Amino acid sequence: MAVVITQLFNGISLGSILLLIALGLAITFGLMNVINMAHGEFIMAGAYTTYVVQQAFSHYVPAALFNYYYIVAIPLSFLIGALLGFVLEKTLIRFLYHRPLDSLLATWGVSLILQQVARSIFGAPNVAVTAPAWLDSGLTIAGAVLPYKRLFIIALVTICMVTLYLYLDKTAAGRKMRAVTMNRSMASSLGVSTKKVDATAFAIGSGLAGIAGCALTVLGPIGSTIGTYYIVDAFMIVILGGIGSLIGTVFGALSVGMLGTVAEFWSGASMAKVIVFVAIIAFLQFKPAGLLSARTRSLE
Amino acid sequence: MTVLGKFWSKQTIIAAISAATLALSGCAASNALNEEDGAAADSSDTVKVGVLHSLSGTMAISEVSLRDAELMAIEEINEAGGVLGKQIEPIVEDGASDWPTFAEKAKKLLQKDEVAAVFGGWTSASRKAMLPVFEQNNGLLWYPVQYEGMESSPNIFYTGATTNQQIVPSVTWLLENKGKSFFLIGSDYVFPRTANKEIKAQLEAEGGTLVGEEYTPLGHTDYGTLISKIKAEKPEVIYNTLNGDSNVAFFKQLKDAGITADDVTVLSVSIAEEEIRGIGTDILTGHYAAWNYFQTTDTPENEKFVAAYKEAYGDDRVTGDSIEAAYMAVYLWAAAAEKAGSFDVDAVKEAAGGIEFNAPGGKVTIDGDNQHTYKTVRVGEIQADGQFKEVWNSGEPVKPDPYLETYPWAEGLN
Repeated sequence: MAVVITQLFNGISLGSILLLIALGLAITFGLMNVINMAHGEFIMAGAYTTYVVQQAFSHYVPAALFNYYYIVAIPLSFLIGALLGFVLEKTLIRFLYHRPLDSLLATWGVSLILQQVARSIFGAPNVAVTAPAWLDSGLTIAGAVLPYKRLFIIALVTICMVTLYLYLDKTAAGRKMRAVTMNRSMASSLGVSTKKVDATAFAIGSGLAGIAGCALTVLGPIGSTIGTYYIVDAFMIVILGGIGSLIGTVFGALSVGMLGTVAEFWSGASMAKVIVFVAIIAFLQFKPAGLLSARTRSLE
Repeated sequence: MTVLGKFWSKQTIIAAISAATLALSGCAASNALNEEDGAAADSSDTVKVGVLHSLSGTMAISEVSLRDAELMAIEEINEAGGVLGKQIEPIVEDGASDWPTFAEKAKKLLQKDEVAAVFGGWTSASRKAMLPVFEQNNGLLWYPVQYEGMESSPNIFYTGATTNQQIVPSVTWLLENKGKSFFLIGSDYVFPRTANKEIKAQLEAEGGTLVGEEYTPLGHTDYGTLISKIKAEKPEVIYNTLNGDSNVAFFKQLKDAGITADDVTVLSVSIAEEEIRGIGTDILTGHYAAWNYFQTTDTPENEKFVAAYKEAYGDDRVTGDSIEAAYMAVYLWAAAAEKAGSFDVDAVKEAAGGIEFNAPGGKVTIDGDNQHTYKTVRVGEIQADGQFKEVWNSGEPVKPDPYLETYPWAEGLN
């Protein structure tokens, strides 16, 4: 019983982690159609931001307040990710809209540069982030331990999802963003500044990558190559979910998480990766547009 | 939720596939850090050697320190007058964590720079990639990392431990002190798979039981499922051959799942002082590692070595087993060249057998037959300050036996 609960939880947890890293990409790749290979490095930037905040807290803030560094790190990671994204959009991406192969190569170059920059600043070895004490240990249900860190990530990704939904659906800026992604020329002729909208959307997507980086520090390594471990999975999930569909990304992440943990439990980690890949490729054969394809009236 | 639409074009699909392919290829940037200044140095008063490690990519985390240690040894030897009256001129290349790049750079060092010896490599995959290059060009590679054994190339000197100098004695120690039921976890490539094959044979011969064996891809970061398997099997000992960043994820998540060093002993063979800092000492305290050298090893040579290393690269740096093995490799090569009276590869190989050196980790001797070194085996417990407390050592340097020929249970393994 405990094993079943643990495995069910592991599946949801892996799904939530995958969703967190794919969420930003669902905007920049899914909605804006920009292939940004440097997305993983925005995750890295978020992770290092968390490290820097932790260092600052341990040096300049009374020890009693140390455990709150994480609360500061989350919005700061978002801001740093968003800032990097904004600069990248303004200086490079905006010249490469509708040229996916060029933007692929250019952003890959950017990703290598960012990795080397991180290595120059923080050194090649990994750095350690001590998770705040309130995230230690876990909740015990029927003999299964549900670590607080994983519960926290599930909560965090839920908050990000809801906020993003409210932003896109209920605010003027969000509606403009949707208008531009649905029909750029029409939105533009109705007076929406598409340049501004593009930059904002890209910054939000990148900022979400920063938050993902911040969350990942409690679970995994923090080094210059952290982004490369997640970028393939992130692209895979956005494609599986259906380009242009945020809710599809949610289903994509959860199904990959579930399938991955079940397959790993019955075989092994390497085999599970193969099974997941094969399943996705087979699925896309039958449904090339992904789990939930975006309905569109455009005649591109 | 509102579905947001944008048609996805053929171009996007192609680009997405290319994106995935590029990312899968592991970002193998070949940004070589060539420290050679281009102008051919006067060959009469210097001798060139190659230093070939990953300075970028996923393995840079470990290999940059080896380059530092080797350059430090070269500088020390140069200050003391060089080898055979010549100053050593290092040519640094970047293997970029990419095995074909290692082979390519090794070829460049041997054919274009005509170096007398190369110090390099970390992963077994990189060594296996370089091996044919060194054999074809009759070069000399000094490989400073513990590895899985079952190899003895005439063109490679192994200054790290082979299995009977690290894994075999540590398994015996665990069986005698920590428990009989073993769970083996490792990264999915040549070193862990070969090592675990040997451990399984040894467990069978020495009365241990195997309750699980799992492999995860290099760079794997989610250990939730593996940990629930461990919980279900309740082993007394986890023998850990994970490599690189996966260790961070594994130990962090093991602790979160409520498993501490009191519940199960984890003994690792890829976690040294430097890795401990990246994982976080609070997570590792109480677990074990098997090596030939710790920064805390108590010898006069080590005191000098640690001081010099910190002096050169900063107070916050730590030494470790492979760093020490890389450092002593340069000294062993220099001593062999002195004895041979020449830098000729065959002459150096001929002279190397029996050469002794008081390394920071104790006396080492080159075994002329298999070109490995006699080394002392040590097991250490990780302390809260990120250093090891030695709990056991072999007392004397252990003769290297890469093919485990002196162990009856190992028959038929290779």
